[in-house]
Amino acid sequence: MEHKLTNEQSTTAEGSVLSLFWAVLKRDLMLAYRKKSDLFNPLIFFLMVATLFPLGVSPEPDFLAKVAPGVVWVAALLATLLSMDSLFRSDFEDGTLEQTLLSPQPLFIVVLAKVLAHWMMSGLPLTFLAPLLGVMLFLPAEGMSGLMLSLLIGTPTLSLIGAIGAALTVGLRKGGVLISLLVLPLYIPVLIFGTSAVQAAVTGLPLAGFFALLGAILALGLVMAPLAIAAALRISVSG
Amino acid sequence: MSTALLQVENLFCERDDRILFEDLCFSINAGEVIQVEGRNGSGKTTLLRILSGLSNHYEGEIFWKGQDISGVRDDFRRELLYFGHHPGVKAILTPEENLHWYAAMHPGIKGNEISEALDKVGLAGFEDSPCHTLSAGQNRRVSLARLHLTQAKLWILDEPFTAIDKKGVAEKEQMMIDHAKRGGTVILTTHHELAISDQIRRFNLDELAGT
Repeated sequence: MEHKLTNEQSTTAEGSVLSLFWAVLKRDLMLAYRKKSDLFNPLIFFLMVATLFPLGVSPEPDFLAKVAPGVVWVAALLATLLSMDSLFRSDFEDGTLEQTLLSPQPLFIVVLAKVLAHWMMSGLPLTFLAPLLGVMLFLPAEGMSGLMLSLLIGTPTLSLIGAIGAALTVGLRKGGVLISLLVLPLYIPVLIFGTSAVQAAVTGLPLAGFFALLGAILALGLVMAPLAIAAALRISVSG
Repeated sequence: MSTALLQVENLFCERDDRILFEDLCFSINAGEVIQVEGRNGSGKTTLLRILSGLSNHYEGEIFWKGQDISGVRDDFRRELLYFGHHPGVKAILTPEENLHWYAAMHPGIKGNEISEALDKVGLAGFEDSPCHTLSAGQNRRVSLARLHLTQAKLWILDEPFTAIDKKGVAEKEQMMIDHAKRGGTVILTTHHELAISDQIRRFNLDELAGT
């Protein structure tokens, strides 16, 4: 009898965590959908880099094919960074962040849902747009799958790490520059393994190792980053 | 009544090298309405933010039902409703969506009572208009609708009557008295002259800080 009771309790607790996750995710996606400028900004930036790069450096297909993995990845990284500052900013300004911190619900879940919503609005569309940039930069067709997969595993990590920086700087009037300084060093491993994966795909080398490393970084980020984000938010709001 | 609901001992807080209050001691019992007074900049909002647990910039001890508050944060948050300077209303969501989100964050609230609560604060008919199309007072009413929904015992209200019309203020005052009669506690700051001043305890920061 007692066992049954605890079982029931744990299933309702699980249900409420899931419904909380879903409620926060739905709200943030709705906010992004109603404020479309935030949605398109990183995508336009991403596309601009790929358009301007050949004009500024060299339109030679051979040269562009060589640098394409790096250019696409750097553009995706900077586009994510560009969108990061707004993650907690509006919540902070209208007081909903205070209400979030004062609720009895686990902040870990709330933060995770917010970062997932942010990724679905930045990293995911960037991943789908990446093949277009690959074509524009003469990336060989063999590299496309590697490019998309590495971005698919890599961009969530970028969102998670960037959210730590956003949470730390949300209390400051102008946090934009500081975010870059805080977050860029942590982005470098993701960038290195991401571009290496694409290059390996182009040259036909095995990819599994790079994806395993990117996946490991993502797994670590999923577990650790929400804790850091939650702590950083409490510090920022306390100030 | 053995232990006070909220007890504060030797609270000290300074801001930009200026001491806001020191050696502040008081206790608050269930069923009280407390108005924190003081001139602008005397630290009313700071005190409320410390009590609600938003701010950690203090020294001293705060006890919730006799236990150190840092150990019982989750229990405390379950029983707390905080209304701050920013009403916590998203401008591009409708009043109903705002309250649905609040209900998701506070498991005690039933989603089906939301339209009734909006009705009670005079926002019937505005459920589906985004909050940025509403007036400042209506925006604050959206946030005040939470008072009708919440199961929380302790209400901490920072300037709840700003931009609210006279009739609305009277209604809210009555709500606070009713809440206190049910055994709840209200801590508020306001510059309004309250009509219910005989039923509340005043608390002047200028005198208590003594500097």
